[in-house]
Amino acid sequence: MFLKKIAIATAVSLMGTTAMAAACPDAGRVSIVGNEFPAIQTIGAGASACTGGSVEVSTNLTADHQTINLPGMISSPAEYTSAIIANSSIVALMNDDVIRPLGDLVAAHGADLKPNQLITINGEVMAVAFMANAQHLVYRADVLAEAGVEVPSTYEEMLAAAEKIRSMGLMDNPVGGAYAAGWNLAQEFNNMYLGHGGEFFAAGSAEPTINNEQGVATLEMMKSLSAYMNPDFLTHDSNATNAEYRAGNVALMNMWGSRAATMTDADGVSDAVKDGFAIAGPMTVAGGDTPASTLWWDGFTVAKNISDEDAEATFMAMVKAIEPAILDDDEIAKQAVWLIDGYEPTEAAVGVFAAANSGTIPYPMLPYMGLMHSALGAELADFMQGKETAEQALADVEAAYITAAKEKGFLN
Amino acid sequence: MKHRTFFWFFAPTALAMLIFIAAPIVSVVLQSFFTPHEAVLIEVENCGPFGCQIETTIDQDATAAIRGEKPLGRFVGGSIYLDRGHLATTEVAAAWRGSDSMGAFFDELGDLPFYRAIGFTLVYTFTVTPLLIILGFAIAVGVNSLHKRLKGLAIFFSLLPFIVTPLVGSLIMFWMIDSRGILGSALQWMADDPTLSLKASTSLTWIMLIVYGVWHSAPFAFVVFYAGLQTVPQDTLESAQIDGASRWQQIRYVVLPHLMPLVTFVALIQLMDNFRVFEPIFGFSAQAHATSLSWIIFSDLNGETRQLSAAATTSVLTIIGVAILLMPVLVRTWRDFRGGAH
Repeated sequence: MFLKKIAIATAVSLMGTTAMAAACPDAGRVSIVGNEFPAIQTIGAGASACTGGSVEVSTNLTADHQTINLPGMISSPAEYTSAIIANSSIVALMNDDVIRPLGDLVAAHGADLKPNQLITINGEVMAVAFMANAQHLVYRADVLAEAGVEVPSTYEEMLAAAEKIRSMGLMDNPVGGAYAAGWNLAQEFNNMYLGHGGEFFAAGSAEPTINNEQGVATLEMMKSLSAYMNPDFLTHDSNATNAEYRAGNVALMNMWGSRAATMTDADGVSDAVKDGFAIAGPMTVAGGDTPASTLWWDGFTVAKNISDEDAEATFMAMVKAIEPAILDDDEIAKQAVWLIDGYEPTEAAVGVFAAANSGTIPYPMLPYMGLMHSALGAELADFMQGKETAEQALADVEAAYITAAKEKGFLN
Repeated sequence: MKHRTFFWFFAPTALAMLIFIAAPIVSVVLQSFFTPHEAVLIEVENCGPFGCQIETTIDQDATAAIRGEKPLGRFVGGSIYLDRGHLATTEVAAAWRGSDSMGAFFDELGDLPFYRAIGFTLVYTFTVTPLLIILGFAIAVGVNSLHKRLKGLAIFFSLLPFIVTPLVGSLIMFWMIDSRGILGSALQWMADDPTLSLKASTSLTWIMLIVYGVWHSAPFAFVVFYAGLQTVPQDTLESAQIDGASRWQQIRYVVLPHLMPLVTFVALIQLMDNFRVFEPIFGFSAQAHATSLSWIIFSDLNGETRQLSAAATTSVLTIIGVAILLMPVLVRTWRDFRGGAH
């Protein structure tokens, strides 16, 4: 009798704890679109584990997610019930009003979430963040030691170190950078421009303000860096830059935290590259205090144009995918700087933590920032090839941006 | 054929053309005259892992109300056609007034996205099309004179570039011509210049794209000409041989005139295709050096910016461009038709 009571009590308490922890939904359609880096693969797999019975989970994780998430959510019913986005890409979804406020779902199923995971816009929860990200320095400690240079904390020191490494014949092109014309090149401009203390827009308006001294200094620094890069730099995105690093061709580069942890986990990476791999915080430039980088969060949203049942199923599956228990796996714990309850920073996280602690500015969440980013990506390539002056390139960016902003109704 | 019978034969095709060709064109033209409403912006407090900030966002309720009244957006007439992203009339006029030589004027023109794209598109179209016709014809004549047993194999291999998906084909080439790839390294060795990079030079990138375009499309011309070669009248060829015509003269005076309608056909199709060049630019990540009208449309439709009106306008300009390009051929077809009716 006594044993039976204990058994029942245990069963009840177990049930109690399962009810508290994240649970899979009972029914509904879950369809996720997002980027493809390792941490997001983990989230996708976690949500997919809820498949079964009348729950249907599908994922589409691709580098092209930003191109397809809006078209896939604007229809009714939406193809994607959740988009995994960052502070830059949530803006496009907000602009077209395709994601729903999550307040009631957080109240019902969000017991595991920490308050700082909730992204609130004008008082309403619009997304749930699960990781932080930033670009920061990764370097080859062995090469720097051989060249006898300190780990650079400014871009000027990085240039000096690169010159030393090249002149000693250790590497031809020691600097790496995701400078591919388009999104990547524009992002490097953003980092460097914020590091110079620049402002993208006149306060409270969509008027561009990048054609100034800081803008010119930014471009000059990017040009100086590119002289130490593989000559094909205008075609190198993050993946290609990582490949260069893995091949042992690069000693210093500004890289995403989300890719740093798994940087050397690939077939064919030599021991020298693996052992010499080291991470440091983002660098400053031109004597400034603000690091030349941007802070990012990655999180999930829930589509507006779907049934409440599917929205609830999606929210539950996503919360299940980011439940604190996933951090028990060491491999997963080191994939990202998780914002999840119970996360202990790993060695791979020092870069992002340094970025957050040294006053790095978050990527601006403005409705017209995407247009500025596109204009930068399209118009800066001419300057990087030496075809025009920095002033001309910045004037072109502003002209291209103004044209786009007028069309979209942000400027008159 | 009776008109009535013809009508019922043609009706399904006509319906399909109406739905899949005419309606989208109408919708694209319509879209190019409208832009989104002016955004109603408000300042709000946004909070997240990095604290709270006052930021600007779109007032969705107000915007939805305006959109509900006029779902098509603001009517802007032809202003998108004339803006900097397209015909850029103001900028072109300023460049014309401000530059002292034609060279300087064209330099400034090349700085405007539309003219930069049209510049590459035209160079690409008018080099690739003749080259691929010549190459396709040469392969066809070559394969046709092979021994029967070799023909099948030769045809298969000649067709391979056309079978490969353009995007995949260009990606394969992209890695081969990388400065660390097999072709890129070979070129560096041949030119004895270890810093030579195809991808870093605009002129070399253009040449590379043109070579790729010829490589990819020549098999199409080859197949058409090879089929045509099977219909060359043997009597005429034999009498030419008896008259002592050399191989070159046989081709020049017997084969080519016979294949002329096919040359027109291939030229027509390829002019259209090449004018819409896109995959190689994307596959070779060549947008720093070369853009095309199709590439502009693609980049405008990118999810984060999604400039539907700009993309629609470029689409209409592409359609007009194709129409102008095909005008000589179309006029000739029309004349032949009128001539036949007499």
